[in-house]
Amino acid sequence: MAIPVYRGKFGEAQAERLLWRAGFGPRPGQAKALAKKGRNKAVLSLTRPAAEKLVGPAPTDDRKVPIAPLDSTGHDHLWWLDRMVRGNRPLMERMTLVWHDWFATSNAMGVRSQKLMLEQNALLRRHALGSFSQLLLDVTKDPAMLIFLSGNKNTKTSPNENFARELMELFTLGADRGYDESDVREQARSLTGWRSRYTRGVGDYDFHYEPRLHDDGIKRIFGKQGNFDWQDSCRLCLEHPLHASFLVRKLWSYFIPTVPGGPTQEALEKLYRSSKYQIRPLVEAILQHPDLYLGPRMVKPPVVYTAGLLRAMGRGVDSAAWFRLSGAAGQRLFYPPNVAGWEDDRWLDTATFRGRWNLAAWALKPVALDEKTATAPANATTLLTRALAFWSKPPLRSGTRQALLAFAQRSLNDAKGSTTNERTYPVLIENALRQLIAVSPDLQTS
Amino acid sequence: MPRACACNDFSRTELFRRAAAQAGQGLPVIEPGMPLPAGTGLTRRRFLARTTGLALAVYGGSRLSSAALDDGIAQAAAGGAADSRVLVSIFLDGGADSISILFPNGDPRYRSLRPKLALPEAAGFAFPEDGRLRWHPSAEALSKLHGEGKLSVFPAIGYTSPDKSHFTSRHYWEVGATDVNVRTGWLGRFIDQTGRPDNPIQGLALDNRLQPSLATARLPVASMDGPDRYSFTANKVSGQVEARMHETLSALGKAHASTGDPALRYAGEVVSQASRLREQAAAFQGGAIKSPVAYPTSQNDFPRRLAGLAALLAAGLPLRCVALTAPGMYDTHANQPDALSQGLKLTSDSLLAFQRDLEARGLADRVLVHVWSEFGRRGKENASDGTDHGAAGIGLLLGTRVAGQMVGEFPGLSNGLDSQGNLKATSDFRGVYSAIMEQWFETDAGAIIPNAGSFARPKILE
Repeated sequence: MAIPVYRGKFGEAQAERLLWRAGFGPRPGQAKALAKKGRNKAVLSLTRPAAEKLVGPAPTDDRKVPIAPLDSTGHDHLWWLDRMVRGNRPLMERMTLVWHDWFATSNAMGVRSQKLMLEQNALLRRHALGSFSQLLLDVTKDPAMLIFLSGNKNTKTSPNENFARELMELFTLGADRGYDESDVREQARSLTGWRSRYTRGVGDYDFHYEPRLHDDGIKRIFGKQGNFDWQDSCRLCLEHPLHASFLVRKLWSYFIPTVPGGPTQEALEKLYRSSKYQIRPLVEAILQHPDLYLGPRMVKPPVVYTAGLLRAMGRGVDSAAWFRLSGAAGQRLFYPPNVAGWEDDRWLDTATFRGRWNLAAWALKPVALDEKTATAPANATTLLTRALAFWSKPPLRSGTRQALLAFAQRSLNDAKGSTTNERTYPVLIENALRQLIAVSPDLQTS
Repeated sequence: MPRACACNDFSRTELFRRAAAQAGQGLPVIEPGMPLPAGTGLTRRRFLARTTGLALAVYGGSRLSSAALDDGIAQAAAGGAADSRVLVSIFLDGGADSISILFPNGDPRYRSLRPKLALPEAAGFAFPEDGRLRWHPSAEALSKLHGEGKLSVFPAIGYTSPDKSHFTSRHYWEVGATDVNVRTGWLGRFIDQTGRPDNPIQGLALDNRLQPSLATARLPVASMDGPDRYSFTANKVSGQVEARMHETLSALGKAHASTGDPALRYAGEVVSQASRLREQAAAFQGGAIKSPVAYPTSQNDFPRRLAGLAALLAAGLPLRCVALTAPGMYDTHANQPDALSQGLKLTSDSLLAFQRDLEARGLADRVLVHVWSEFGRRGKENASDGTDHGAAGIGLLLGTRVAGQMVGEFPGLSNGLDSQGNLKATSDFRGVYSAIMEQWFETDAGAIIPNAGSFARPKILE
């Protein structure tokens, strides 16, 4: 059965949703330009992009000093945020973010090396739309992952089950799907042999495979017997009958909030198996699926939201505060909360909403209108039009428009009778409208 | 207290009518000019001044906006909050090693299973209820509270067929059932049963995320980083315009209340709740909290959050269930001694300060603290100076009202280990949850905990 393809209108609204789901939102005019390509070419321009190009000034801290992603705390976050803002390959960055969530490794626990985290990031980007099989093998022996899930402490005489368990539970099969505690133990044995050296002040280094630490006895995994090693561990998971359904469902969930229908799910699984674990064909099918364009909205992840604000404003990364602010909104890159990654369906609550408010406020700070020097018209509709133009006219629901217009009108009424207020309030209102638009439920979702 | 909204089909009109009535009931309790509770550092009058006017307005007339009625509902909750009981749930994230926190000094197998990690014979503090056990050297504060009869210890709490996945086992504890499909937290279900339709802080996570144990099906709950940090400012917006901007936040949320799109509706609900929470927390801005006792100084937010919580309770805010995560990394697969000591010390010292704070403010009889972790750790240490995921672990109940007696025995490291070398449970967490519902909240556990009838209830209160 063929995978359904969206055949409806592909206008600016559809292009804009695609740019949010498969990237970090449009730059001014970008949605319109993408819509002109038509659905198929628009999707292919994302999944098969031109050579990488970063457009605009390089990232700096607040004193205009170039960032130091290998050394300064939080500058790794700035480094990646900058690529999301300036890059011309949004889907590659978005997929790298998907894999960071999928194979979540945190610099907070154990790894403590921005260099190793950035090396892992390069690995995830290298395989962003490539082969899941190769990705899984490379992640398994990736130094940051070896530290994070104790792969470098897993030896023949003292097996450590940490990676083995998550390999099945979180990476390839899903919790309680087709394996048991005995498979965990036997996978741990198969995965033995990775090692590193440690020096105080330097940390872990010299990651290598040491055959004498590998348990070369017979293991029994998923009912199969053999003298399995770490590559067999990965292969057995991929060949497991429940792997394709897990991967398809999870990958889909990053782009579309509703679950795929039965025939779509089956067809995607078939595509995945027949392509020998290739990611690009799956993503191309998901990005063309009617559910993406016709289905409900999704809450934007905090870094996607942030990068989108900066892209819409034409502002680059010129402040180190994004790291702290993004943390308060619930997402610091390279610091997922645990090995299961972020809770992608629970981005918003009263605390993270305040984090988003502060992200928007920080984005707007350098361009805030000064009531001492600037002027603005004392007309609610005009003020709203101007504030919307600042954000390149994002579409708003009528309820949002009404609430914003009521705010502007009431505040203009407050000013009546005071010459100073009549002059300054319109400026304050325009600043407030920019802020309120940015935090509206309309802009929190796409 | 009547169950304000145990049903879905409560019409809005009926809701407001009841809210007004409840606001009326609440008023005598919170008259302006009441004396300040000792040492709160907040003028109770100031807090009340922001809301009593609105409550009176709710009481008054028929031409009121729904915003005023919403405030009336919050006020009604505040009115009844002064003597209602509160549960504080504290999570030790990662699976805390009970065999170190309360180490079996006198167990013949302790030193052979833990040749490197075993603590010295005379280390730590005596545990009079079981001469085999001693408190970890970093748990002096717990030992002190235990000595005062304010701490009940569960030395091997868990459940049958233990799951060794962090996420699965934590989920079980959070939802109060060994069922992966349950989507509401056990405290969330309690709030759904007994809470109010417009009081998000009845279930409050002092955290930058919502704690899943508080997840409800219907009624609002909230999270906030700390009660002294919930303000919204914008650049070059001030005075009347700023006040209007804050009103608009609430309107922006409500504008999406009836949309058919779940994500928009959810975002709208969060915006509305954030707006209300901002109003309620406004009295706590700018270092207004002055604790009557000293809390540990730390970069970690935990002591600050507990200090803020005591101040919120002292101000009579309508909290019922509060959840937060303890400091420390308890998933100690490697280099366990340092990691465990640091987290355990800050957690214990902060809990002692919190207890003393509540006692000084005269609130201690209203608060029960429950400390839990998703599992314990394996009896035998691994080769990385650490321990792997185990089964039964440690649980604590803290407060002036607790029985102060050990629940379930320490099963020992010989017959007390299962076939995989993990501690067998001698008490079940679902029995404790049921006991909390029945003995602390005086509510029917059967409506909250699935199969509640099948779990033995420990006596948790004096």
